[in-house]
Formats: sequence, C-alpha cells, structure tokens
Amino acid sequence: MEKLISRFFEIQKANTLSVYLEEDGYEVAKRALREMKPEDIESEVKRSNLRGLGGAGFNCGMKWSFVPRNTGKPIYLVVNADEGEPGTFKDKYILEKVPHLLLEGMILAAFAVGIHKAYIYIRGEYELPFLRLQEAVEAAYAKGFLGKNIFGSGFDLEVVIHRGAGAYICGEETGLLESLEGKKGFPRLKPPFPAIVGLFGCPTVINNVETLSYIPFIIKRGSEWFAKLGTERNGGMRLFSVSGQVKKPGVYELPLGISLREIIYTHAGGIRGDLKLKAVVPGGLSAAILKADEIDVKMDFDSLKAAGTMGGSGGVVVMDEAMSMVEALRVTMQFFAHESCGQCSPCREGTGWIDRILNRIINGKGRPQDLDNLLDIGAYLGGTTICALADGAQMAFLSYLRKFRSEFEEFIRKGSYAHA
Amino acid sequence: MNPMIFTPELKKRADQISANYPVQRAAALPVMRLIQETYGAISGEAELEIAEYFQIPPADVRELMTFYTLFYSKPKGKCHIQVCRTLSCNLLGAQKLIKYLEEKLKIKVGETTSDGQFSLDQVECLGACEIAPMAQVNKDYLGPLTKEKLDQILSLNYAGKIQV
Repeated sequence: MEKLISRFFEIQKANTLSVYLEEDGYEVAKRALREMKPEDIESEVKRSNLRGLGGAGFNCGMKWSFVPRNTGKPIYLVVNADEGEPGTFKDKYILEKVPHLLLEGMILAAFAVGIHKAYIYIRGEYELPFLRLQEAVEAAYAKGFLGKNIFGSGFDLEVVIHRGAGAYICGEETGLLESLEGKKGFPRLKPPFPAIVGLFGCPTVINNVETLSYIPFIIKRGSEWFAKLGTERNGGMRLFSVSGQVKKPGVYELPLGISLREIIYTHAGGIRGDLKLKAVVPGGLSAAILKADEIDVKMDFDSLKAAGTMGGSGGVVVMDEAMSMVEALRVTMQFFAHESCGQCSPCREGTGWIDRILNRIINGKGRPQDLDNLLDIGAYLGGTTICALADGAQMAFLSYLRKFRSEFEEFIRKGSYAHA
Repeated sequence: MNPMIFTPELKKRADQISANYPVQRAAALPVMRLIQETYGAISGEAELEIAEYFQIPPADVRELMTFYTLFYSKPKGKCHIQVCRTLSCNLLGAQKLIKYLEEKLKIKVGETTSDGQFSLDQVECLGACEIAPMAQVNKDYLGPLTKEKLDQILSLNYAGKIQV
C-alpha cells in the first residue's frame, strides 16, 4: 500500500532541509504560490474530504471557508501540535522526522486563507520534536521559504513556535488559544467560533499537524485522488497510533476505510503472547471502547460514529484478555480527573467523584450501589459543559460500564480482580 | 523593586520573546520557561518579578504556576524521572516500575532524594505509547523500560546520553 506522510519516516534525515529538497520538498508550495489562486487551494482541500485529524474530524476546507477575509483584522494560523490524547503519538513522528512537510502544508493553508502569521503550539514535554521543528523553521527562513516574499512570490508568512507547559486541555482549540495568549487554558464558550473570533480576537484557522501535512499531497495529486483513498465523506488516509498489548506497536498510515481488525492483526502483528483480544480503544482515550466482536468496524469517522464510538485522534490502544477492565477504567478516569481544567462543575466534580469511587472499588471497598451511582454521575457528565473533555470522558466511561458491567459487579462483590 | 531575577541578559531575551506577539502577555509561558530553565525553578520572588514584567497581578502568575504541570516552585533533582502512568504504559507494567523506583530510591512519587540527585514523578500520557512503558528522564524519552534498564539509568548518574 502506498505511503504518503509515513514514506518520509523511513528516509534517513528527512528532517533536514537538504534531504527534504531531494525528495522534491517545497515544490508543491512553490508551484501553488506562483500558479494557483488561493480559492482554488481551498476548494481542492474541501473536495478532498480531508477531515481534521486532531480528533474532531471536521472537514478541513469547510473550516477554512468559515473565516471572514475582509474584516480589516489579521488572520492567524494556529497549528495544534499539543498532542496529548492518550494513545496518540503520530504528530510527534511528523515533527521529529519530517517537519518541513508540516511547514509546506502551513504555507499552502496560509496562502489559501490569506494568512501572514502562524503560531505552532507544541506540547511542552516534547523536546526532540521541538528541536527538530526549530531547526526546520530556521532552515526554511534561511532559504527564503518562510518570512518575506516566499519563493519570490510576494507572499509573506512569519512562523513562531510556542511551547506549552503541560495541560491536556490546551489541545482543545479554544483552550489552546487562551494558553497561547498567556492565560490558563480554560476553553471558551462557542459561538463565536475561532474562525470568526480566535487568537487575539482575530479570525483564526486552527489545524492539527497531521491535517496540514496532508495538504501538499492533495494539491500535488488532486482532491479526487485523495478522496478516493478513503470512504465517502472521509477522504484519504491517516496515521493510526497503535499501542498496548500488540506485538508491533507503532504508527501505521492506512486508508480511513480500513477495519480495526486489519490494523490490529495485519499491521500491528496481533496480540502479545498470542492471547485473546478483550477490548480496544479505537480513537484515543476519550473514545468508547469496542469489544473483541466489534472490531470489523471501518475506521473512518462516520463508521465509528455509527458504531457508538469515534475516530478521534486515531489512537488505538489494544487490551488483551488478562487486562482488568476495572483497572483500565480506573486509569482512564484518573486521567480525566487530573486533566479536567476545573472550569465547569459537572466535569470538575464528576470526574473527581468517579475517580475516587473507582479507587475505592480497586482497593476492595466497593459497595453494591456504586455502579448505579457511577452511571448516574456519568449521565450528567456530557452535554453540560463548555468543551468536549467531559463528553469524551463520558463516552469512554459509560462504554466500560455498559460493555463489561458483570466484571465490575463481580469485582465489587469479591473485592479484587484476582478472585473475580 | 530591585530586580534580581530578570538580569539585563534575561530581560533582553524576554523582550525578544515578547516581540513575537502583538500582546505582551502572550509571552508569559515561554518567558516563565526561560526563567525556570535559568534558575531550575520559579521561586516566589521570581513570580513577583514575572508579574511586574508583564504588568499583571501576582495572582495571575500563581494561577499559571498551578495550572500548568511543567512549572515548579522548587528545583527537581539532577536526574528527574517522570514515569508515564496512562493506559498504554499501565497495560505494560508502569505501576510496577513506579513501585520499584520508590523502593530503590527510598522516596515516594512527588519527592526528591535528600542528596538532591533524583526526583520521581508520575505523569499523564507523554505521547510515546509505542515505547511503553516509558518515562521522561530529564529531557529524554526512554522506553520500553524494565527494572534492569531503570537500574542502568540510576547507576549512570544520568547525563542524558544513554539509549534505552
């Protein structure tokens, strides 16, 4: 199967400008800036059915089209490199191994929307990805590929790398904007959406690293070609991060219509120790888990939604038959309790209550009424808050309780997993 | 106030960072990182000077200090081990590794050894599940970790050079 972004992962030193240029790097952007109209790039991206690959899955070209062009205010491009959805590590690969591809995608996006200033918000823990990205930005500036009069086309784009400081919520796009403005990352009420009122009160495009990195391919080979790689309304391919109890964890670039079974057994080598599969997180920790008999689902956004879960960030976490679902859920809800920003009560209190109850259960002090209490708390977690963190926490949380209820009941009755 | 934290050199670098943004406060996180990397932590005095530099209330700086996990009020040990505890690492034994490190270093998670050599923390997903179970040791991502590899890290007086 043809690889697009991940082809570069196998090329030595593809992070350097010289190797990227040997691979025809920046040729697409160069040609587009000279020969294409901005609106043609936008319509190509829209028709390609490229979806937002950070997690929301929104049509990328459509997102661009919401940005008003004539407000007299600057328009900003913000790159979301705050990769934090547990089970997801693909943006790190792009930043480390082929940062110029992201920069080329940014040039195309900026040209399409009329943007002259971009911020890349990269998670604070990423050191090597940051260094590689910084080298790439400096090299691109030195060559005249960024800054004033890019490729001699008259188009300007300034790029600033902004490092985060450790907060999952800053991956939420409006939490990210707040953080980028030097504040705590409290997500904003929407509307207005960032396309209209974003960074510093100006119209803003926010795209994920991987989403932008597909744009050079789309402009080079056409929207029709890209759309056909995927399924209806789910264009192209994506980088699946596969981890957990599989033989070959890693990043696999596959068409959106691939089945979860194929990802696990064909690409990731199957389950370690040839144990049986028990459950899979299909799209980052916020996604509802799937049981072993649900893995023939197609991994595009719409099919996963129909299956009651979500494509999310493409993070696939595989759990074998020996894993306790009580422990898996405890770890999951510990994460959400820790990362809830504290702005909305249902999320702040709800994730905390759930975390404490699950800890009590794990410590052998579960009570018969716990499960109904948990379901009750869970029912009010989603749809009641400013951002989607609580919706994700709810989706994951309820899926464990509904799909493995008997395991939780047995654990509570016996007080431990060993005897369950 | 007579600035002790913002030396002329640091002030200059902070001004350069601020120039990247149309609103000065947007430079708060990078400037706080600069201060922390220079001094190993952001002390109470530093918080006050940061507030003065940005012309914001000290409470706003304290808010950033407590909201973000990467800012510290006290310096960490020379070897700062942050073990990931989230699902993919948990599935492959992160809890056992944390327990092993607590026993070996004779400290609890969140503490620093009395000689200032080692700090141990557990953190949420670091985005490196392909090398689970993993830890960030100073600036490096290391994994998949075993007890043997942890012994190696502890005995090498870690200088950021080993490949695990």
